[in-house]
Parts: sequence; structure tokens; C-alpha cells
Amino acid sequence: MATGTDPQAATPSEREAATSGVRSPSRAAIPARHLRTDRWWLAPAVTAAGLFAFIVYSTWRAFAGDNYYAEPYVSPFYSPCVAQNCVPMKDGANWEIFGAWWGLSPALLILIFPLGFRLTCYYYRKAYYRGFWASPPACAVAEPRANYTGETRFPLILQNIHRYFFYFAVIVAGILTYDTVLAFRDEHGRWGHMGLGTLVLLANIALIWAYTLSCHSCRHIVGGRLKHFSRHPVRYRLWGWVSSLNARHMQLAWASLISVAVADFYVFLLASGAFDDPRFF
Amino acid sequence: MSAYEAHFRVWRGDVDGGGLRDFRVEVNEGEVVLDIVHRLQATQAPDLAVRWNCKAGKCGSCSAEINGQPRLLCMTRMSVFSRDETITLTPLRAFPVVRDLVTDVSFNYTKAREVPSFVPPEGLGPGEYRMQQEDVGRSQEFRKCIECFLCQDTCHVLRDFEQNKEAFAGPRFLMRVSELDMHPLDAAGEAGIDRKRAAQDEHGLGYCNITKCCTEVCPEGIKITDNALIPLKERAVDRKYDPLVWLGNKIRRREG
Amino acid sequence: MTQVERQAWDVVVIGAGGAGLRAAIEAREAGMRCAVICKSLFGKAHTVMAEGGIAASMGNVNEGDNWQVHFRDTMRGGKFLNHWRMAELHAQEAPDRVWELETWGALFDRTPDGRISQRNFGGHEYPRLAHVGDRTGLELIRTLQQKIVSLQQEDHAETGDYEARLKVFQECTVTRIVKDAAGEKVAGVFGYERESGRFFAIEAPAVVLATGGIGKSFKVTSNSWEYTGDGHALALLAGAPLINMEFVQFHPTGMVWPPSVKGILVTESVRGDGGVLRNSEGKRFMFDYIPDVFKEKYAQSEDEGDRWYEDPDHNRRPPELLPRDEVARAINSEVKAGRGSPHGGVFLDVSTRMPAEVIKRRLPSMHHQFKELADVDITAEPMEVGPTCHYVMGGVDVDPDTAAASGVPGLFAAGEVAGGMHGSNRLGGNSLSDLLVFGRRAGLHAARYAQEAAASGTRPVPDDAQLDLAAAEALRPFSAEDGELPSAVSAGSAAEQPAGPAENPYTLHQELQQTMNDLVGIIRRAGEMEDALHRLAALRVRARRAGVEGHRQFNPGWHLAIDLRNMLLVSECVARAALERTESRGGHTRDDCPEMDREWRRVNLVCRLSDPSAGLAAPTDPGRGQIRLERRETPPIRPDLLNLFEKDELVKYLTDEELTQ
Repeated sequence: MATGTDPQAATPSEREAATSGVRSPSRAAIPARHLRTDRWWLAPAVTAAGLFAFIVYSTWRAFAGDNYYAEPYVSPFYSPCVAQNCVPMKDGANWEIFGAWWGLSPALLILIFPLGFRLTCYYYRKAYYRGFWASPPACAVAEPRANYTGETRFPLILQNIHRYFFYFAVIVAGILTYDTVLAFRDEHGRWGHMGLGTLVLLANIALIWAYTLSCHSCRHIVGGRLKHFSRHPVRYRLWGWVSSLNARHMQLAWASLISVAVADFYVFLLASGAFDDPRFF
Repeated sequence: MSAYEAHFRVWRGDVDGGGLRDFRVEVNEGEVVLDIVHRLQATQAPDLAVRWNCKAGKCGSCSAEINGQPRLLCMTRMSVFSRDETITLTPLRAFPVVRDLVTDVSFNYTKAREVPSFVPPEGLGPGEYRMQQEDVGRSQEFRKCIECFLCQDTCHVLRDFEQNKEAFAGPRFLMRVSELDMHPLDAAGEAGIDRKRAAQDEHGLGYCNITKCCTEVCPEGIKITDNALIPLKERAVDRKYDPLVWLGNKIRRREG
Repeated sequence: MTQVERQAWDVVVIGAGGAGLRAAIEAREAGMRCAVICKSLFGKAHTVMAEGGIAASMGNVNEGDNWQVHFRDTMRGGKFLNHWRMAELHAQEAPDRVWELETWGALFDRTPDGRISQRNFGGHEYPRLAHVGDRTGLELIRTLQQKIVSLQQEDHAETGDYEARLKVFQECTVTRIVKDAAGEKVAGVFGYERESGRFFAIEAPAVVLATGGIGKSFKVTSNSWEYTGDGHALALLAGAPLINMEFVQFHPTGMVWPPSVKGILVTESVRGDGGVLRNSEGKRFMFDYIPDVFKEKYAQSEDEGDRWYEDPDHNRRPPELLPRDEVARAINSEVKAGRGSPHGGVFLDVSTRMPAEVIKRRLPSMHHQFKELADVDITAEPMEVGPTCHYVMGGVDVDPDTAAASGVPGLFAAGEVAGGMHGSNRLGGNSLSDLLVFGRRAGLHAARYAQEAAASGTRPVPDDAQLDLAAAEALRPFSAEDGELPSAVSAGSAAEQPAGPAENPYTLHQELQQTMNDLVGIIRRAGEMEDALHRLAALRVRARRAGVEGHRQFNPGWHLAIDLRNMLLVSECVARAALERTESRGGHTRDDCPEMDREWRRVNLVCRLSDPSAGLAAPTDPGRGQIRLERRETPPIRPDLLNLFEKDELVKYLTDEELTQ
């Protein structure tokens, strides 16, 4: 094998796989799991590494519960902030829905929604099915298991609720937009100011919206579900617009993932005092 | 560029067994892999079995795997390989082998029959159909399909799990369901056929985990996953996973 | 006798292209059990290669169009050698056949008011071709395929068996039409499964030939391997005559580079949508090649030609859109005069005529084809093109209304394998409509014929002796190596044992293609065609020794060895008829007789097997010709149809005698 990485069949499942799939008796007798000569493992490996890095970073930041507000900036991980233990944010999306009994980081309450949106996203599904589950590892490379039910059963059948996470994602994006507007103040709450942090939040919210609106569910809702575009010219135009964004859904997914982490990290740097926000005016 | 000798490994055999055989064969400028297979037939292996037809990427007959990747033999130029590269040709590995590079693709014809056909609208005679270009555009993309079955071959649901073939129609035929569901004049609904629900209940749409290999191999460049399969999943969601509808059904069932 | 699997059906259709599938649908809808036999997989037939569109005078784009105009264009294109009745039926019925496809799910490109869009094409006065981008043939075959599946679903709902009344035997080759013991009526077919090599026989009172053309006898061709003239040969061997075999259409624009794709078609839509032909000097040379008969119909200046795309009512069309024979000859002359492109073609340019996005939208397959196969971006640079063997106008002599082959009860033919419809040259777009119109007619009348046979209790029974001979003939390539023939065959030809070593069928095929290409190609001369007949005779002798290795399971060498018989037969028809016709007309161009002769318009050349009794065993002396040629007067054109033309135009085609009648 060109890659030299073929593991010996070890687990019972893998032993079974050795006589099924491409190695079923009716198929052409070729012992190799695949005959690809290119670096097919590179794409899933990079994907897995990237996702893993984000998971490590976001877990740390989500559980940390501090250094997420540096007036006038709030980390996107902590907005809206809906617990009593939130740092007070001037005019911010800061509601005490959860009382003092909530002792954990307030990020955990709100991150479920963007997490659910991304977890059920058609692009991320592809990315982690390939990267983490090797299902499949790459095209025309055999899966290391003997059975597969896809998204037909619990829990993966829940992927079908992506649309409802999309609705929540729109709300969250709306709140983050509000946060970005608030970033046009100075540290004393006076309007008409801008700093590097404003730009960071602006870039982040632009990417968040682009990612959210390029979602396949959004494309379906705005027009994809129609049978006759010609009877709904406005929705047809919207659909065309979302479709062209949708073609870049993967790039937007990564760009917005990185921008969210960067925005959070920038706020962390400011809040922890490691860095001073350069003010433009 | 001048002629050179290339090293080929071609799978030869049948259902009882076989293996990769080595050939050294001449290659000339501008040739495609199918030309080399024909040269092998004419000079070294007259009984080498291969399917082909139009030799222009229009009929989808010469599907095989080149260096492990599902491709059309007639649309793979030799110039994409380096001269000292060994080129491995095998039959499609998702289907039963017949002989050499020829496989039994009858699975696909069986699945084709399971998709209910176009239902003509009542009250419209021949010549009375009126459809706008923007309304036929989506289905037209899917009708570019040349039925090479490379998507069926590469789809891990079929390729790696023989047992799923019964339940899963594969990308080609889910795309056919999509095509009909998006046809502006298809009257399936009026005839009591719910294509959206059937996509999941009868054609196994849930098995698809949208890993996009079908789109990657499509020689016609059809965006199978983004334009056919995901929209079909969303249409199934319309029917089945709207929580309000689901809750309503649940309550009514309890009462009943 | 040889053990063969036998089945009984009412109608057998050989070929699953447009004509075959349309015939099968009609026969099944007429209540008959119908079997379709095809060499490739179901849905892969050569019809998928048709790009431009289906000609039908629906008048969606220009209301001036009607069947009479279409009829006129067709007759002009065929230089009045067309069977007038076929041209009439074709023009009248084509719109219904297209509209019917929509009710089966076809999705053609649309006009702004939602009707089927129609495009311009060479030789058609108005925009007439219903199309889907440049993949109309694919749409046609897929629609018919899906209609067949839909009928099978109906049968399944009713009987529990998808194939109860309509079955496709894919990857099977028919090698013989089998008749009853008296040798009169069709009784079925004999063939083999390509996959397993097993023989089979299907008993059926009616057989429809829909096997397409003969292009694989030529080296540079747009045709696929299937086009070995099977139907033409089967008809001859069954005793039916072929007509007009000298007329072979060379499509003016095939790819010329790289060598491995030489001949692959470049659709006429490229010119219909604005593409122009230039020689190496950059000149639009077609203006120099407008023949007298077309002078009034075509633009005389580049400006006028360019204006026509925008305003077709007040300008004449550019000469790039002359009928195919004219354009092919012009390209040939330019290349011979040393004004060709680097690889021996001329330049076809759309890149300077349309924006890149428009090219990609209107000609997606061409863009893809050149990008993938020749590394040429047609939105930025011109294509190199040259003539390629594309279509045979000649074919089985049929009754225009019923598609019944003359002289053989129970045999029908439709599509490219049938002759007469297109005269000496076919217009682009008339092929797909021909398939539908006459495919339907063949299916309908075959079904009626089978019904009558069943009703009268005279269903013919295949003659066992013929089946045995057919099996022996098919097996011969396996015993050629050691010089022995199966007893059944050698008994009939004991005097002549093969001498010399076994021949490689691939080599024989290449030599045949080279011979036909060089000596009976686009421009013909008497001496060369005589030479070709000698070479064909020699090849025939060697073909008797064509031997193959291996076994019968999916053995392409064996398949080719069997197909060689058919290619040699039809090649001889082409060469003999071409030598006989001492004029130039449509797809037949003689260097030594360059003028069109009105007297020759009255003549159809009819090819028959010279020794029909030796039909089943090979002829005793393979060196002697197998084909006998007859002249037959063409039927007079009905007066009301003649009145559709101006007198001035008719005098160019008809003799004075015909005009005064």
C-alpha cells in the first residue's frame, strides 16, 4: 500500500469487515482496502486536527467563566449572558434568567445553540463523519467496520432537527450583531468610537451571518422548498443569492469558526490585561 | 511529447478469483486510459473484457477504478500521470464482478424501477405543457446524469455494506426522486404518492451521511449532495420532523 | 442440435436507441408482449451522442413554421432523393412525437412564454430544434427509458412481474433473423449474451430492426463500436434489400486532435449559435462555397450573415449553416488547398463571437469535451475541426407508412437502419425526429402484424436447421486457429478450407476502416472504389480465418470477429453503390463526376445478397462479391407536395420529363 498505514485487522468488527464490503465474495478479488495512490488521508487528518483544536480551546474558554468582557467588547462565547453570575455588561444582552443556583460558567447555557447548529450542519457532519468516524475515511477507501445505519436511527436521526437550530442561530447572530453595534462605543460607553476590537467583532459577525445564511436549511426555507420559482420571484432571487453563498458553505464554516475563536481570544487578552485595545477614534 | 512505454496493472479474473496482471504498453500523445486498454486488447490481451461505448464521456459505459479512484476510462487522460507511475485498473468494487473490468450493475436497474415514474398532470394534453426555464432548471441539472454509476460505486453505504443494498437506493436514484419532486408539473401528490416521505421510508435517504463522495466522482459535475440529496433531506424534514406536526401526530395516536 | 435457450414473444425489437425504444413502447401499448435486445447496457445507446436537437415544426419560436416548410427543407437537404412519403409523414408527425415526450417527463429548454424552445440548425429555414442544452439525445433516451420503466411498473402492479410484457435483454447481440421452415416469414431471432456467451433464440412473428448505422467501418467516425451495420446485414441475410447505400454523411465538424479522439463530434449547434469557420489565413471561407441551388437562401456577406442571428426575418443565414454535405466538402477542399489548421482541419471559432459565460451555458458539453480531451478552452481559442463519418442515409428498403421491410413478411425497420427518409443527405435534427416518428410506426405495425398472426393461428415457427447453422457460424472464430470448421459449416463449403494462419480480428478491422476511409470516403473516384472492392474481397477471405483466444464469457475479440461479417457486407454495399452512381449528390461526392445529374435523381440503387440460398452458410467463394446491385426508379412525388416548391427550384432537381407530367 502506498500509504503504508494499513492496520492489521484486529477487532472482531474489523475481522468481519475483511469479508464484507469491497471484500465480499461476489466482488473482484482484491485484498487491499483501497488502491488510492494519492495522499487521501491528508484532508480528513487536517479536518480532524482543526476541529480538535477548536474543541480544546472552546472547552477551556467555555468552562473558564472569566475574562469574557472588556468594555465595550463581549466575547461571542458569552453572549447573551443569561445567568446571575454574569459580569454586568453595560446595555448588553445580559439577562438574569438563571438565578444564583447556577454556579457554572454562563457560557455553557448559551453555547448549546451554536454548538447544536454546527454539530447538525451538513458541512460539519461531512467533516466529522470523515475525520473522526472514518465513515468513510475518504472516497473509495473502505470503512473499518462491518455495519452502518447512517442517520436512520437514534441518535443520528436527530440530525434532522438542524432547521430548528438554524432558527436559534439566527437569534444568536442577531444578539451578536447587537453586541457589535455596542462596540462602537468607548470604554466609558460614549458612542461614535472605534478600536481594533470593533473590527474584530465586525469581521466575526459578518462571517457568522454569512455562515448562518449559507446554511442548507436556510436555502430550503427561503426558496428551495418551492415547486414553482416563477410564481415567487422575490423568493427565487433570495434563493439564488443564498445558493451562491451556499456553494462556499465549507469555507464559511471554517472562517467563522476561526473568527469566533479569534474574537473570544481578543476579548480574553483585553480582559486579562495582556493587551491594550488600540483605539482609532 | 513522444511515445513512451507505461506500466499498467490490470485486474483480470472473474467471480471465482483473479488478480492484478502487469503489462508494459505504448502510450502516445493525447491518449486517454481507454485508448491504452484498447491497445492491450489489440496487441496483448484480446479477450480483456471492458465496457465502453461513445468514448466521449456521454454514455457512461466505461466506468472503472483507476489507481483506486472511480473514473470514466475515456475521460482520464494519460497526461495526468507521470511516465514512471504504475497505473492500476480495476473493475468497480461496489458491484459483483463479471469478468476483468466488467461488473454486474443490475442493482442500479432494480433500484430504478422502485422509483415511481413521472405522473402527468390531469387535464393537460400533449403540447399544452407550459413551464418556465427557472422552474425546470433544477431537474435539468439532474437529468444531465449519464448513469455511469460512479456515484453508486463510490458511495460507502453501498460499497462497504452489502447488506444496505436492499434498503438504500444510492445517490443516483435519490437524485431521481429529487428530480421528480422538483419537476414543475409532476402530479404525484394528486395520485397519492408522497415522494418526500418515500425518499426516507422507501429509498433509504437516512443512510446517506452526506459525505459528498458522489459529488466528487460525478463526471458530469452534478452537485448531487448539495442540490439533490440535502434538499431532499430538507423536504423529508418538512414532512416528518417538524416538531409541531410530530407532536400533533403523537397526541392523536395516544388518543386513538 | 445445439442447445439454446428459447423464449417466445410477440414483437422483438433489435436495438435500444431512440427508434427501438419508441417502437417497443408502441408495441407494448398496442397490447403485445415486446422484447428489446441491445448490445450495450439499457440507456447507453448511440442516441445519447445526439447533441443539437429534435427537428419538429412546432412554430414556438417562429410562427411561420409548419410541416410544409419542414418537408421542403428536408427534401432540399436530401437533394430530392428522399422518399417523399416518408418526408411528409416525418414533417407532419414530428411535433406530436416531441410533445408526447413531455408527457413522459422530458424537460426541454423553454421559451419565455413557457413553451419548448427551438434553435436554428443547418438547412432548416426556421428555428426548429427542440433541445436541452447540447445533450438532447441523452434527454431523449432517458425519457424513453423512463417511459419503459413506467410501463414495467404498471405491469408489475398488475401481474407482479416487471418484465411480463416488456423486457430488455441488455448486452446481447443478434446474429441472425430466423425464418420459418419455408424460408418465407420471419419467425424469430438468434443471438448470444455478451456477458456469458450463451446462445439464445427468441420466437416472434414480428422483428423490428433499430440497430442504427455503419460508421465503425470507417476509420474517422463519430460513431461508437456498436455501429457495425448489424441491422443492415441482418436484413440482407434475411433477404431484404437495402437502398441508397452510397450516401454516407460526413459531419463537417469532428475533432481532429489529439489522434485518439479524432472523429468525435462537435455539434452543429456551435455554428447554429454563432460559431464561424475560418481557414489558416483567417478567412471565413464558406462564403466561397455556396452552391448555385442555395444562392438565394444564404447571406452573401459577413455583415448580412452576422445580422441574421439578431434579425432572421430580414437577413439571410450565414453559409456556415449550409447542409452538412456542403460544409464537409468545403472543409475538405480548404485542407487540400493547404489552408488547413496545424492538425489537418480548419478553425471553428466561438470564442470571438460570444462571451465566455454564454458559451458555457449554451454549449456545456462542448466546453467540457474540449477541455477534458484536447486541453482547449473554447471560450478563449478556436477549435480545430474536420469531417468525420457520421450517418448513413442508406438502409433497409421499407414501406413508408408501416416501416415494413420489402419482401420479408414480419420484418420492420426504423431509424438510421431504414433507408429513404433522408434521401442523399440528412439535415441535422431530422435524425431524432425520424427515430420517434418511424420508431412509433414500426412498433405499431409490428404489433398489428403480430396480432394478426396470433389471431389467424399462423404464428411462424423458427426452423431448427437455421438455428443450428447460426450457432455454428457464431462459434467459428474459436476453431479458426487450427484451420478446422465446425462440421455444420464445413459441410456446406468443403471445397474451401481456410489456408494460412489465424487472423487477428482487430487487425482486420483496422484494415477495413483504413480501406473505407481512404478509398470510399468523403471524396470518391472510380479507380479507388474498384481498388476498395478488391481489398474488401481479400479481407473477406481473411476474415474467414479470424480467430480468437479464450472463452465465450465477455470476450471482445470474439464479438469483433462476429461483427466483421456485418461490416464487410455493408462496406461492400457502400462501395458498389458508390461506384455505380456516376454523379455527385448529397453524401456522395465523386471527384470524377462532380456534377449533380437530374437523371440520377430518378434512380435508387438497391443492394441484395447475390446468393440468398447461401445466406446462412458463408458463400462458397468468399472472394467473389456478395452483393448484387439493381437500379430502381424512384416513386413520383405527389403533385400537391411538388406544388410546395417554386418551379425555378424544381428545375434544378427534376428532369424536364418529370416536370411536364
